[in-house]
Amino acid sequence: MSVRRLADKQPETFEFTPDNLAWAQAQIDKYPSGRQASAVIPLLWKAQAQNDYWLPRAAIEKVATMLDMPTIRVLEVATFYTMFNLEPVGRHFIQLCGTTPCMLRGANDIRAVLEKRIGQQRHVSADGKFAWLEVECLGACCNAPMVQINDDYYEDLNVENFNALLDDLAAGRPVKKGSQLGRVSSEPEPGKGSTLTEGALFDGSLVGSWKARFEEDRARAEAAAKAAAEAAAANPAEKK
Amino acid sequence: MLADRDRIFTNLYGFHSSGLKEAQMRGAWDGTKLLIDRGRDWVINEMKASGLRGRGGAGFPTGLKWSFMPKPDPARPSYLVVNADESEPGTCKDREIMRNDPHLLIEGCLIASFAMHAHACYIYVRGEYIFERERLQAAVDEAYAANLVGKNNVHGWPFDIYVHHGAGAYICGEETALLESLEGKKGMPRLKPPFPANMGLYGCPTTVNNVESIAVAPTILRRGAAWFAGFGAKNNTGTKLFCVSGHVNTPCNVEEAMSLPFRELIDRHCGGIRGGWDNLLAVIPGGSSVPVVPAHEIIDAAMDFDTLRGLKSGLGTAAVIVMDKSTDIVRAIARISYFYKHESCGQCTPCREGTGWMWRVLNRMAEGRAQKREIDMLLEVSTQIEGHTICALGDAAAWPVQGLIRHFRHEIEKKIDDYAANPHSEPARGYSAAAE
Repeated sequence: MSVRRLADKQPETFEFTPDNLAWAQAQIDKYPSGRQASAVIPLLWKAQAQNDYWLPRAAIEKVATMLDMPTIRVLEVATFYTMFNLEPVGRHFIQLCGTTPCMLRGANDIRAVLEKRIGQQRHVSADGKFAWLEVECLGACCNAPMVQINDDYYEDLNVENFNALLDDLAAGRPVKKGSQLGRVSSEPEPGKGSTLTEGALFDGSLVGSWKARFEEDRARAEAAAKAAAEAAAANPAEKK
Repeated sequence: MLADRDRIFTNLYGFHSSGLKEAQMRGAWDGTKLLIDRGRDWVINEMKASGLRGRGGAGFPTGLKWSFMPKPDPARPSYLVVNADESEPGTCKDREIMRNDPHLLIEGCLIASFAMHAHACYIYVRGEYIFERERLQAAVDEAYAANLVGKNNVHGWPFDIYVHHGAGAYICGEETALLESLEGKKGMPRLKPPFPANMGLYGCPTTVNNVESIAVAPTILRRGAAWFAGFGAKNNTGTKLFCVSGHVNTPCNVEEAMSLPFRELIDRHCGGIRGGWDNLLAVIPGGSSVPVVPAHEIIDAAMDFDTLRGLKSGLGTAAVIVMDKSTDIVRAIARISYFYKHESCGQCTPCREGTGWMWRVLNRMAEGRAQKREIDMLLEVSTQIEGHTICALGDAAAWPVQGLIRHFRHEIEKKIDDYAANPHSEPARGYSAAAE
């Protein structure tokens, strides 16, 4: 558990943009009538995305009104789930995975880079560009160590490529998402994998091949039914 | 080695498109109507005969779970909820299914919903998986456009599928916490009974299944229970996605037959242990919740539910975290304890207070700033947390600590001796992460 409080400085009001309002209505429609509270996490998430990645009190109150929920229930949700940032986080909000699988592969080195370049966690850098936070497992353990910056994962980090990544972000240059070592996803390193190479898996030639079993089953059932019918016809006396 | 033709997730690595057309070339949505026409009982019996055990960690037989759903009642519609809140440290398999093979999952949802009289399915994706969520949503939209799912779909079973997401709470991977979260509340687990099959989402009958359990179902039905049951040892059948992370040369996800020996898994797919087999210290074979197993016990062990339980650990989600001899094992487990402290929902006192207490003690022990009698006290307290909470998070927090003490007590004692020989008054390190 962690203690999470709303920021001291809060904007006066919050309104969804027309696009986001339409999006929010589509989310609410996913749930049965009277169950609109189910949409609370998606709506808070959209509000946060619209508000520079942090969630002000006015947005929480707005979502409560939209979903016809008591404000305290929405506040509970906003403080319970750790992806809701209750304070400003800078333009590039870096979440460093520090849990054991990433730690084993060098997350502490990545943390040292962040401490050196940005400073303490939960603190926006002077230029307003960066803030960072150590979070728990982000579920990309085969590509450890990794960070999430705003919406995107950056994987297979080391001190050099992570420094380069931060340089590019600071300078506004385009960056490569995902693996920084050229992997597509969580396959073994390029050239080291040996699975899923057979072409027949992908050209459609295996589609439907499994149906033979069903045909055999059906043929057997039909043959059995036919044989039973013939037997019954040959010995009508036995039929009761 | 498992032949490529026997792999279910043929686009596991995303080398090919996740789109509908390519997925159909790989065999997704192939004859789904034929499977559904065979009837509900056939589907459930095939699933039971395949021996598929739930892939989310607990290993409960999937077919059996499906058969628990009550008869349909118009006043209380049944629901299928797919647990894609993948956040067990070490686990990253469902992510690949959602972004690379989403149509297998959607097809599985349709078939499972049909088998359980459900007309609606919610997929609860963890909040951090934003790209994966978009990919999955795109696949759902494609399936709707092709009329594969929807009110009047070609399969003759009215079915709606929705993608929902969370916002970064590990506890929502627990099925009743997930349902609470899906209803728009804090993710705090419910007391059971009533079980979700009777009182689940919105008070209606609900089955919660892991992504992998659902996504393998269509292929099992197509190729037959006997095919799936042909892999692995008795009671541990099938193929399984293994997520190998940590100190191996090439960490990766890979689909393999169950009961494959650990050594073969690592040598074939992960390029061996970093520094060679002699450098292996210990392995956490099923995600952070299961106890650590020392090298000599794991090397030739079969990777399945029953063998690993025999080693007082577990297969869990098959997230294999490998640690070589450079690892400070006490610190590695202390970091896991911090994870549980952070993720405890705070509902039950033994877990809320105990996870933090265990972490603080372990953090001191990682520097040797403890008494040796505290090791037994830690073990004692961990057993007071285990089994005394509503959900299994208390157990999951206690087991890694118990595993550490069972196998690596000497490491803790050595640290205590080292510190006692050279005490200092600097503040303990490692608390910075918890400055909250």
